[in-house]
Amino acid sequence: MKIIVNGEAQETRAPTLAALLGELGKGEAKVATSVNEVFVPKHQRADHGLHEGDRVEVVAPRQGG
Amino acid sequence: MPTFYGTEITSRLMLGTAQYPSPATLADTFRRSGAGIATVSVRREAGGDQAGQDFWTLIRDLGVAVLPNTASCYSVREAVTTAHMARELFDTNWIKLEVIGHADTLQPDPFGLVEAAAQLAEDGFEVFPYCTEDLVLCERLVEVGCKVLMPWGAPIGTGLGLNNIYGLRSLRAHFPDIPLVVDAGLGLPSHASRAMELGYDAVLLNTAVAKAGDPAAMAHAFALAVEAGALAAGADPMDPRDMAAPSTPVFGKAML
Repeated sequence: MKIIVNGEAQETRAPTLAALLGELGKGEAKVATSVNEVFVPKHQRADHGLHEGDRVEVVAPRQGG
Repeated sequence: MPTFYGTEITSRLMLGTAQYPSPATLADTFRRSGAGIATVSVRREAGGDQAGQDFWTLIRDLGVAVLPNTASCYSVREAVTTAHMARELFDTNWIKLEVIGHADTLQPDPFGLVEAAAQLAEDGFEVFPYCTEDLVLCERLVEVGCKVLMPWGAPIGTGLGLNNIYGLRSLRAHFPDIPLVVDAGLGLPSHASRAMELGYDAVLLNTAVAKAGDPAAMAHAFALAVEAGALAAGADPMDPRDMAAPSTPVFGKAML
């Protein structure tokens, strides 16, 4: 299915958000996630199913003022 | 030292972590500044990029408290979702809440700010709102649960200093028991010192240090200025007057 990850369209077979992070090489990384503009906590990623057209954001710590 | 949500701060100087020429310079700057609180943000990272992971290691090694921000958020929903992501990433309830209302000045959107602050306070966050010095706005922020206020000195990144001394002084007088931090717009140590002389509890700055030719030296200068200003504020400064008053006694002057 086609989803949007950090603003870019991509194909995935990942059934869940946790599986998608594994595909992205971020399974163990310090990241936070949202799907369709709603925060998805780490402990819910394995149960959060992905659907065609979902908009996923994956963010990490970064410099800020 | 002032207390932010039950935590006594170790320095009145709070520093941002952006725009330094290198990670090593950032670390050196923090050491020279004595700052105990660092602002940080969250940004996209999905590919092979490891910048976020490396940055987190650097910040953790500094041994300072982190204050995540919601920089560049223009809507309540964006800010609230960003705050939740930041809380999980940095494992803190502290959030520097930015809801921007105007792109050229980065002026806070006061209406969105109050709405987002109320939502986040309800969600258990300890909100540090980046706000203007507007008394009514600040009243509303306190009413919805903010126990620290962070009015701007001037627009972010301008280095103009304290644009509205009267407003900042009024705010201090109006909220004698709320910790107040001048956030944004400071360019020189004298600006920070002035904020302290007005009775403010701390200053938060980034660009003035990070973009200086020698960030570590500038951070040290800011640390000294903040300490001097706070010491002066506690020493009951004299009242200014319009007419001269000789400091050397007139009595006893030789008649020549």
